[in-house]
Amino acid sequence: MTDSNMPVYTYKDFASDQEVRWCPGCDDYVVLKSIQKALPQMGRRKEEFVFISGIGCSSRFPYYVDTYGMHGIHGRAAAIATGVKLANRELSVWVASGDGDSLAIGGNHFIHLIRRNIDINLILFNNEIYGLTKGQFSPTSLMGQKTKSSPYGNIQPPFHPGELAIGSSSRFFARVPGGNTKMQQAVFIEAEKFKGTSIVEVLQNCVIFNDGAFDKYTDRAVKDDAQLYVEHGKPMIFGKNSDKGIVLDGLKLKVVTIGEDGVTEDDILVHDAKEKDTTLHLMLARLHMPVVTGIIRAVEEKTYDELCTERIEQMKSQAKFKSVNELFASGETYEVK
Amino acid sequence: MTQENSSLDKQSVKDVVIRFVGDSGDGMQLTGTQFSTTSALLGNDIATFPNYPSEIRAPQGTIYGVSGFQVHIGESAIHTPGDDVDVLVAMNPAALKVNINAVQPGKTIIVDSDSFTSKNIEKAGYKENPLITGELDSFVVIEAPITTLTREAIKDVGLNKKAMDRSKNMFALGMVYWMFTRPLNHTIEFFKKKFSNKPMVIEANIKALKAGYNFAQTLELMPSPLVVLPAKMRPGTYRIINGNTATAWGFLAAAEKSGLDLYLGSYPITPATDILHELVKHLQFGVKAFQAEDEIAGISSTIGASFAGKLAITTTSGPGLALKSEALGLAVMTELPIVVVNVQRGGPSTGLPTKTEQSDLLQALYGRNGESPAIVIAASTPENCFDYAFEASKLALEHMTPVILLTDGYIANGSAPWKIKKVEDMPDITHRQITADDVEGEFEPYSRDKDTLARPWAIPGTPGLEHRIGGLEKADITGNVSMDPRNHEHMTKLRQAKVDKVADSIPDLKVEGAQEGDLLVVGWGGTFGSMFTAVNSMHEEGKSIGLAHFNYINPMPKNVEDVFSKFKKIIVCELNNGQFHTVLNAKFPKFEYMKYNKIQGLPFSVLDLINKFNQILDNK
Ligand code: SF4
Repeated sequence: MTDSNMPVYTYKDFASDQEVRWCPGCDDYVVLKSIQKALPQMGRRKEEFVFISGIGCSSRFPYYVDTYGMHGIHGRAAAIATGVKLANRELSVWVASGDGDSLAIGGNHFIHLIRRNIDINLILFNNEIYGLTKGQFSPTSLMGQKTKSSPYGNIQPPFHPGELAIGSSSRFFARVPGGNTKMQQAVFIEAEKFKGTSIVEVLQNCVIFNDGAFDKYTDRAVKDDAQLYVEHGKPMIFGKNSDKGIVLDGLKLKVVTIGEDGVTEDDILVHDAKEKDTTLHLMLARLHMPVVTGIIRAVEEKTYDELCTERIEQMKSQAKFKSVNELFASGETYEVK
Repeated sequence: MTQENSSLDKQSVKDVVIRFVGDSGDGMQLTGTQFSTTSALLGNDIATFPNYPSEIRAPQGTIYGVSGFQVHIGESAIHTPGDDVDVLVAMNPAALKVNINAVQPGKTIIVDSDSFTSKNIEKAGYKENPLITGELDSFVVIEAPITTLTREAIKDVGLNKKAMDRSKNMFALGMVYWMFTRPLNHTIEFFKKKFSNKPMVIEANIKALKAGYNFAQTLELMPSPLVVLPAKMRPGTYRIINGNTATAWGFLAAAEKSGLDLYLGSYPITPATDILHELVKHLQFGVKAFQAEDEIAGISSTIGASFAGKLAITTTSGPGLALKSEALGLAVMTELPIVVVNVQRGGPSTGLPTKTEQSDLLQALYGRNGESPAIVIAASTPENCFDYAFEASKLALEHMTPVILLTDGYIANGSAPWKIKKVEDMPDITHRQITADDVEGEFEPYSRDKDTLARPWAIPGTPGLEHRIGGLEKADITGNVSMDPRNHEHMTKLRQAKVDKVADSIPDLKVEGAQEGDLLVVGWGGTFGSMFTAVNSMHEEGKSIGLAHFNYINPMPKNVEDVFSKFKKIIVCELNNGQFHTVLNAKFPKFEYMKYNKIQGLPFSVLDLINKFNQILDNK
C-alpha cells in the first residue's frame, strides 16, 4: 500500500451526481456518509471499489457512491458480487442489502456467501421491515409486530442475523447502530481489511414504517446502558458509569455490576474476536439487553477466492495441456488422407 | 445394414448399427466407445449415442438398471446414431427385454446365455426363458455362454470370480470385432495405457477380448465376417467428440481468441453437467469455474463476472433456464455479454431429465418478464456444438447482449467425428472493453456503436470510468435511472433493434437438397442428423424436396422469406408440440406451414420422416 501515486481522496470523491432519494431522517443517509468517509481511508484507488445491491430501499446505495456499481435484482446481490470478486480479486467488493433482500428472498445466497468465505463485505441494513414495498413484516420483524401484512400482529418468529451468519460459519460479524457514523466508519475499515466475508449488520431505523425499532438500544437516555461495544482484547464493560460487565454464568451470559456482590473488573469476560469456537460469539450476537455492537467475530481463514487462484496456479504448473490447441489434439485422434 | 456386392472375399456393408446393452455394471459404455473408436480409426464415419439408466444404482439384473451404447458406422457420411439396430448385444435378459423393440425381424441378437438363469429371467419380467419360448424365432439369435467362456479364458490370471466377470464385455466385444473385421490392437493398447499399474486387469481383458474373437472365428458365427469400408471424409485430423465436450471446448477457444478469461457459473443439472465437468478439468487456461448454490446464483455470478470483464457463461437445462429468467432480464437491461447454454430435455417441470426434447424454444425466446429480447442460436450436431458455443460467445461480446445457446440431450450426449480445429482457424472476436483513453469528454455507459448499437464495456478497475448500472430502466446514453415514459419506449425499441441488427452479422439460411420445388422441410437445432438423412436420401431418389435447417433463431437470417417462397409446401418438424411452427407463423404469416411433431423424449426416426414427406409429396 505504499503507492506514491495514490491519489488523496475526500468523501466528496465518492459522492455520485445522483440525487439521494431516501426519506428524510432515514439511517441510510448516515451509512452512506460513513462509507463515503471510510473509503478514502482504505488505501485503495477509487476504481477498485465495486458496490453491488439487490432490491429494497438500501439497495439504491450503489447509485449514490461514485465507484463502479450494480443495482441487481431482489436477493441476488451476494451472488452477483461473488462473480465480480472471482473475476477480479484485486477489487474491493461491497454488497448493500436489506433484511428482506438478504434473509428472505436472498437467504440462500447469503448463507452460501458466508460459508464459502469469499473476500466480500456485506452491509446488512436491518430495519426489521419491508420499506420499499411499504411496510410488510420482514424475516427480522418481531413476533406480534403490527405491519401492513400482519395487521393483527406478526406470527412468524424472526431470524437473528448474527445467529444466522455465525451459524453459516461467518468469520467476520459486526453490528453497528444506524446512527453512529464513528463506529460505522471504524467497522467498515476493519471489514475491508479483513480477508474473508465480512458481515456488518446495521440496526437501521426506518422512520416511515418502523420508526423507533431500535430506540431501546440507541436512545440517548438509555444507549450507554443498553449497548455493549466490544473490542478484541478488552473487557466487556459498559454502562453510563462503566460499571457494568458481562460474566459467564453457567451456559449463559449475565450482566453484573462491578463493585456489587464482590464482582471486580477481573471477573469480567475479555472479548476474544479471534476465538475459533463460535459459542461465545453466538451468545454475544444473541444478547439483547445490552445489545452487542462492534466486531463480535473476526477469525481469518483462507478465502475461497484465494483458494480458487491457488488452484488455477497449481493447475498451470501441473496440467498436461498447456494450450487449448494441445487439448483439442490430445487423446485418440486419427488422420483421414 | 445395407448389403453391397463386393469383389472382396469378405462381404461389404454400407453401414451398420450396433447396440451394446447390459447391466449398468457391465461396462457397456466402454465397450461401445471401443468399437466406435476402432471403427473411426479404420476410417468409418460414426455417430454414437449412450443410454444410461435413470436410476444411478438400480438393482442388478432389473430393467431399471439397463445401460446401453449405440453406434452407427458407415462408409459414407453418417448423421445419426441410427434408428434400427442391426446387431444387438445383450448381456442379460433385462437388457434384451428393454431393447428388443429396436430390433427388426431378420436382424442379429447376441446374448450371454449364461445370464438367462431363472432368477434373472424373472427379474427382467419374462414369464419364461425367451430363448426357448420361440419368441425370438424371427431374429438371428447367437447364444454364447459368455460368462463361462470368459472365466475359462482368464482363469490363470489370478482374479476372483467377481473381478473375472468384469471382462465379459471384452469377450462380447471380441466377437463383434470378428463379425465386422475390426483389429484388436486399439483396444489392447487402450488397456495397456489405462491400467498400466494393474497388470492383472490388462491381462484379463486382453485375454477375454482375444478369446471372444477366436470363439466367433472358430464357430463361424456368420457365414463370413463383414466389412465396412472407410468413408470419404474430408482430409484432416479427427477425434470423436460428444456435444457437451464440444460445447465446453468452443468456449475455451472463444476465451483464447477474445483474450479474455472464461468464467462459468453453474449448478449441476442433467444433461448439462458434463460441460461443467469438462471445464473444471482445464483451469490452467484461466478458467474460473464456480459451482453455485443454485441456478439463480449460477447466472447472477455470471452477470457479476461479465460486469468485471470475463467471457462469462452459465450452463443449464430447461428447469434451470426457468429459474434464471429474472436474471437474464437483468443482463438484457444492463446490456452485459453472457452466454446461457440450455441443454434441453423433456419437460415441463422435472419432466424427462435424461430424454431429449426441443420444448424450451419459446421459453428461450419469450420466457422473461417485460420486453426482453436476447439472441437465441442452436447447435445442430454433436461436433458443431463447438462452433455454436464459439459463435454464442462472439455474438455476446461483440453485441453486448445475452445469448442463449440451445442444444439438447441427444446431441449433447451423442458423439461424432470432429475435424479438429485450432484457435487460429476461428474468426476474430472483438470485445468492447475500453479505457479512459477511448473516451472523449464525459463517459457515457449507454452510448452506442452506430452499426451494432452495442454499448461500451467499462470494467471495474478501469480508472476514470466509474459508473453504475442496474435493473431499473436506463436513460439512453447516460445510463442514469429514468422513469420517463418516452425514454422507456425508446429503450425498449432500442434493445430490440440491437438484437435485430445481429442479422447483419450472421450467415444466410442454407438449403440442402433441392433449392426449389415441391416440399421444403424446416427444422432447427439437434434434429439435423435425422432430417438431413431423410431429405438427402429422398432428394437422391429424385424427389423435389429440400431442407432448411435453422441454427440462428433470434434474429433469423435475412433470406428466410426468399428460401420459403421457392417451395410449394413447407413442413416444420420439431421434437415439441409446434413451437417453431408458432414462431414462423407469427414472423412470416404469408406462408402456410404444415407441422410434424414428436414428443416422446426420442429423436426422429428417419423412416418416419421419409414416410411423412412421401405422403405429402404424393398428395400434390
Ligand atoms: S422507507 Fe424507511 S428504510 Fe426506506 S428510505 Fe424511507 S425511512 Fe429509509
